[in-house]
Amino acid sequence: MSARIGVVTFPGSLDDQDAARAVRVAGAEPVSLWHGDADLKGVDAVVLPGGFSYGDYLRCGAIARFAPVMQNVIDSARDGLPVLGICNGFQILCESHLLPGALIRNDVRKFVCRDQQLRVENANTAWTSDYHEGQEILIPLKNGEGGFVADDRTLDELEGEGRVVFRYLQDNPNGSYRDIAGITNDRGNVVGLMPHPEHAVELLTGPSLDGLGFFASVISHLVDA
Amino acid sequence: MARVVVDVMLKPEILDPQGQAVLGALTRLGHSDIASVRQGKRFEIVLDAAPDAASLDEIASTLLANTVIEDYSIHVEES
Repeated sequence: MSARIGVVTFPGSLDDQDAARAVRVAGAEPVSLWHGDADLKGVDAVVLPGGFSYGDYLRCGAIARFAPVMQNVIDSARDGLPVLGICNGFQILCESHLLPGALIRNDVRKFVCRDQQLRVENANTAWTSDYHEGQEILIPLKNGEGGFVADDRTLDELEGEGRVVFRYLQDNPNGSYRDIAGITNDRGNVVGLMPHPEHAVELLTGPSLDGLGFFASVISHLVDA
Repeated sequence: MARVVVDVMLKPEILDPQGQAVLGALTRLGHSDIASVRQGKRFEIVLDAAPDAASLDEIASTLLANTVIEDYSIHVEES
């Protein structure tokens, strides 16, 4: 039986269909989850997709955090459920305090949309075991509020515990402290990043196939578990 | 009834690109004597009941402000 991976749709989500497609291309079964329905439908993992949930009102992800589905996502993530937050999903994970820090407006004051080179810094999480440490991957990036910030103590802790999962290579696109593009929690089951692996799973529409590894990783993680 | 104002500001150490953009515009408008601009948010809340300090603090700290990057202050204005 193939792994069932839930993709949450919030009002204002944009990339839920692409995330579901990436799950399918990788060989798992995508399951649509609705923000207003607390039921996780027994999924084995959850993707919080990109977009502008609740219009980015208040702060990006601040209102989505309190959606009915999120209480179960938060509780299950604390129990080890693999959760991947992409872009707005990363912002929601930070607002939920499943991941430390916050995302603020890009220092360049512009929306940045480009293919972005990243270095995989941690290949031991539920979502990155298909890569190897130091591997360079190319996936799309598109955000206006992607600057990762945290206090120095938190940043030192993330670095010291190997919880920086991805770092921007070449130009830092948004002023993220220490070039951080993605991080994980101490257990390695929750990963958030600003760039979009779900847009790099087919050569027709993506710059590479480098995003497939996220979904392949979680599928093998679920088989091993 | 009571009126409560909650002001939310980015912490001083957090970069404020919006404030910088406003500063740039003011400079272009000829206001050359402005050292810095920081932009925040103001919430005006009207309560049906008497204000309760603990619940106002919860409202401000759980939703109105993200205390990782923002500070808030609460002012109760009796009407």
